[in-house]
Amino acid sequence: MIKSADIVIIGGGVIGTSIAYNLARMGASNIVLLEKNTLASGSSGRCGAGIRQQFGTEMNCLLARESIKIFEHLSEELDFDIELHQGGYLILAYTEKEVKQYQKNVTLQQSMGINSRLISPVEAKEIAPPLNTEGVLAATFCPSDGHANPFKTNFAYAEAAQRLGVKIYTFNEVKEIEIKKGQIIAVNTTRGKIYTSIIVNAAGGYSGIIGKMAGLELPVYSQRHQILITEPIDPLFQPMLMSFSHNFYCQQTPHGSIIMGYGDPAEPIGENIGSSWQFAYEMAHKITQVVPLLKEVSMVRQWAGLYNMSPDAQPILGEHPRLKGFYMAIGFSGHGFMLAPVTSKVMAELILQGRTSLSIEKKLDIGRFERGELILEPSVV
Amino acid sequence: MRDEVIICRCEDITWGEIRQALEKGYITLDEIKRITRAGMGRCQGRTCQRILLNEIARFCNKKVEELTVSTFRPPTKPIKLGTLAGDKDD
Repeated sequence: MIKSADIVIIGGGVIGTSIAYNLARMGASNIVLLEKNTLASGSSGRCGAGIRQQFGTEMNCLLARESIKIFEHLSEELDFDIELHQGGYLILAYTEKEVKQYQKNVTLQQSMGINSRLISPVEAKEIAPPLNTEGVLAATFCPSDGHANPFKTNFAYAEAAQRLGVKIYTFNEVKEIEIKKGQIIAVNTTRGKIYTSIIVNAAGGYSGIIGKMAGLELPVYSQRHQILITEPIDPLFQPMLMSFSHNFYCQQTPHGSIIMGYGDPAEPIGENIGSSWQFAYEMAHKITQVVPLLKEVSMVRQWAGLYNMSPDAQPILGEHPRLKGFYMAIGFSGHGFMLAPVTSKVMAELILQGRTSLSIEKKLDIGRFERGELILEPSVV
Repeated sequence: MRDEVIICRCEDITWGEIRQALEKGYITLDEIKRITRAGMGRCQGRTCQRILLNEIARFCNKKVEELTVSTFRPPTKPIKLGTLAGDKDD
């Protein structure tokens, strides 16, 4: 294994591999990526595969809008089909409070050039005919939202990074970060030591643990989210169906299978990624009310992954103010896959140039929590 | 084995596709599953996992016992969402 590196990236998910690719694309060399398992073995390979721009904060909308722009030509850029399909996101409102929030969200989104709109239940049913609109008061729809294959996106970034000289070591777990007099010296791994002065924490659900190795208490925590998938069936509906009050999301993938999940508010904090029968039970109950036709469709698999939550459900990007060379792309709060394309560009710019072309200055850094500038993202499942 | 031989019957994945993944460096069952979909269909790899393990072992010059298998995920057999949901009302 290599003895020293200019930059060590920790985490072989879509965030880590895309940062590696963008660093190399911008001319950096001697980049090493460390992954404790296989690529896409963590949250990237366990996510719901959706891509949306319909968020409730300016920062999440900005990141998502820019990500979609990159997703739209990513297969060509990386020379790997990532199976992008833009069937839209249809977000359902079941309460008056939700309708008011969606009006605010859509106003924000439209002001930023995102083509979302508030629609009636009748129009929602035209967009997704199998939808049961009972109880639906309104919906928002953005046709350019959609789906991409998270595995392939992750592998596409990794292969492109490797073509540009990045070294990727899998089954190589970081055990310790050596710091002397406030300077990063090295990372100790299960396969030896690598000297470096720059570390990128892209460890997703395990980013808090990496922070602790560097002596830092990062304001993130992890929480299990479960998902199930059905057998493939003929095309039934195009958009991702989603509700925050009824707490679910459900989308048919281009492959034909239907993927769905919800967030359990009683889920304890931690790194458990086991599956529970209660989830399958509750999920089946929820979804067969929203799309009754799905009663006849079989689930074939369920699994779980970790959301890495930040205090405002927006990612934390940039260098830690108390440890030079310690960069973070963490706390994506369930949206790491969809935000990866732009995040990785921003991170590469911050690391190599000290600033970014995207106007996120002082909005997504870790210091925002100490400054008390909490702008909470309201739209998370 | 000929490239056109189907290894994963549920997802229609051929040996040629598996071989290409192996040659690209995807040499664990989990990676092959993620990149080709082999083992992700109705039977959840209960038919093809053994064949895949043998072929990975042959490709890597390892014994099958040395390889890591994928996590078996619930349910054991496909189950209709209506059946699952119906139970709740009983």
